[in-house]
Amino acid sequence: MLRPRIIPCLLIHKGGLVKTQVFKSPKYVGDPINAVKIFNEKESDELMVLDIDATVNCVEPNYSLIAKLAAECRMPLTYGGGVNSVEHAKRIIDLGVEKVAISAAAVTNPRLVTSIAQAIGRQSVVVVLDVRKKSGLLAKGYELCTHNAKTTHKLDPVSFAKSLQEAGAGEIVVNSVDRDGLMNGYDLDIAEQVFESLRVPMTMLGGAGSLQDIALLVRKCGVVGAAAGSLFVFKGKYRAVLINYPTVEQKEEILSAAVSPLIIHHP
Amino acid sequence: MIRIIDYGVGNIQAFVNMYKRLGLPAARAKTPNDLADATRLVLPGVGAFDHAMQSFNMSGLREPLEAMVLGRGVPVLGVCVGMQMLASGSDEGVLPGLNWIPGRVRSFVNTPEGAQLAMPHMGWNDLQVAPGAKLFSESQPQPRFYFLHSYYFACDDRDQVTATATYGLKFDCVVSKGHIHGIQCHPEKSHRFGAHLLKNFAIL
Repeated sequence: MLRPRIIPCLLIHKGGLVKTQVFKSPKYVGDPINAVKIFNEKESDELMVLDIDATVNCVEPNYSLIAKLAAECRMPLTYGGGVNSVEHAKRIIDLGVEKVAISAAAVTNPRLVTSIAQAIGRQSVVVVLDVRKKSGLLAKGYELCTHNAKTTHKLDPVSFAKSLQEAGAGEIVVNSVDRDGLMNGYDLDIAEQVFESLRVPMTMLGGAGSLQDIALLVRKCGVVGAAAGSLFVFKGKYRAVLINYPTVEQKEEILSAAVSPLIIHHP
Repeated sequence: MIRIIDYGVGNIQAFVNMYKRLGLPAARAKTPNDLADATRLVLPGVGAFDHAMQSFNMSGLREPLEAMVLGRGVPVLGVCVGMQMLASGSDEGVLPGLNWIPGRVRSFVNTPEGAQLAMPHMGWNDLQVAPGAKLFSESQPQPRFYFLHSYYFACDDRDQVTATATYGLKFDCVVSKGHIHGIQCHPEKSHRFGAHLLKNFAIL
């Protein structure tokens, strides 16, 4: 049986591993290569590494770091950050990375998704959409952001996700800006809306604070990707840095919780 | 030396990295000269079938590889689209496959079961392994592998099916015809299960 993908998401900032809250105040949590080694030992389903500096600083992906990550990583690796050309994507794949994530570049130029899909195959093209609940008294729905949520676009995330699927995306990651690092659960509303509009696999990111939150997502949407940062790098209410990941047994519980009462034994 | 065939398509480095960790000598082969010392061959592949076949046909490697695999019996492992290339042809394209293992590559979407499912088939799934399969010898029970594909191999000869997996429908996931093997999922990224299979292939 195909299982939900439970995916640690690591953020790279100034060469180190950080965790943010609502896309702000990055807290240093360790060395990226060391984190990959630990997730290897824990047999993580996949790994997602996002460089949160590259696009904002207008620099190319850090290929030497990506090569080191790929060489160490024993599970499928998704890299994102600063990818805005076919050449970038091809070079990253050639370093041993399975999937390349595009975010800002896909929003401003959806045709790039098509060109990259033609070059590396659509199964390796991931689009990360940073979404945020519209704020304000009469505001309804969600908005799409880029550049670490400093730029907002007049696009409906749900229909835009669908158009990117048509353009060639093989997976859509919905990243909830307003839930980032808060560990109060995934935004199940947007998860359901995007999931129902898509044919390609969807992954949710932002808000997971417990394995139960993952089970709730699986219960709502079925076999999807459940990515998380804080959940897998922090322990306890004081957010002590401790890399952790569910065991095979806990993952089976998440799966069974999707169709039965939610009882998850926490580590 | 295990040679990973580099015809411009597929994640060559992931195999080199994995064999390095296993302590087995492996390197990429980009030219016919690189193949001279090969005792095992890995044929990776990703993306569209025709693109992979065309790149392979134009790489200058097909002829020497056919001499090695079909002539001298050097063991080969096709992975993902590299496995699909072993077939006679694919519903995804118009180019003929290598026909090293007779069968056809079919689309999940064109099946009643597959039409309902998210595509590609992405993530960890179980394998049902045929008894006595050498690639799985001394493998841990209930092997799980990482999948990422929208087409599957339908093998003509059921005796050449080493393992199946189920995504909506049951499909052929590992095929073996003597020294020619193909695997749809990604052993290079499937933790201890994949490492064990790649090791088995190296010492077959």
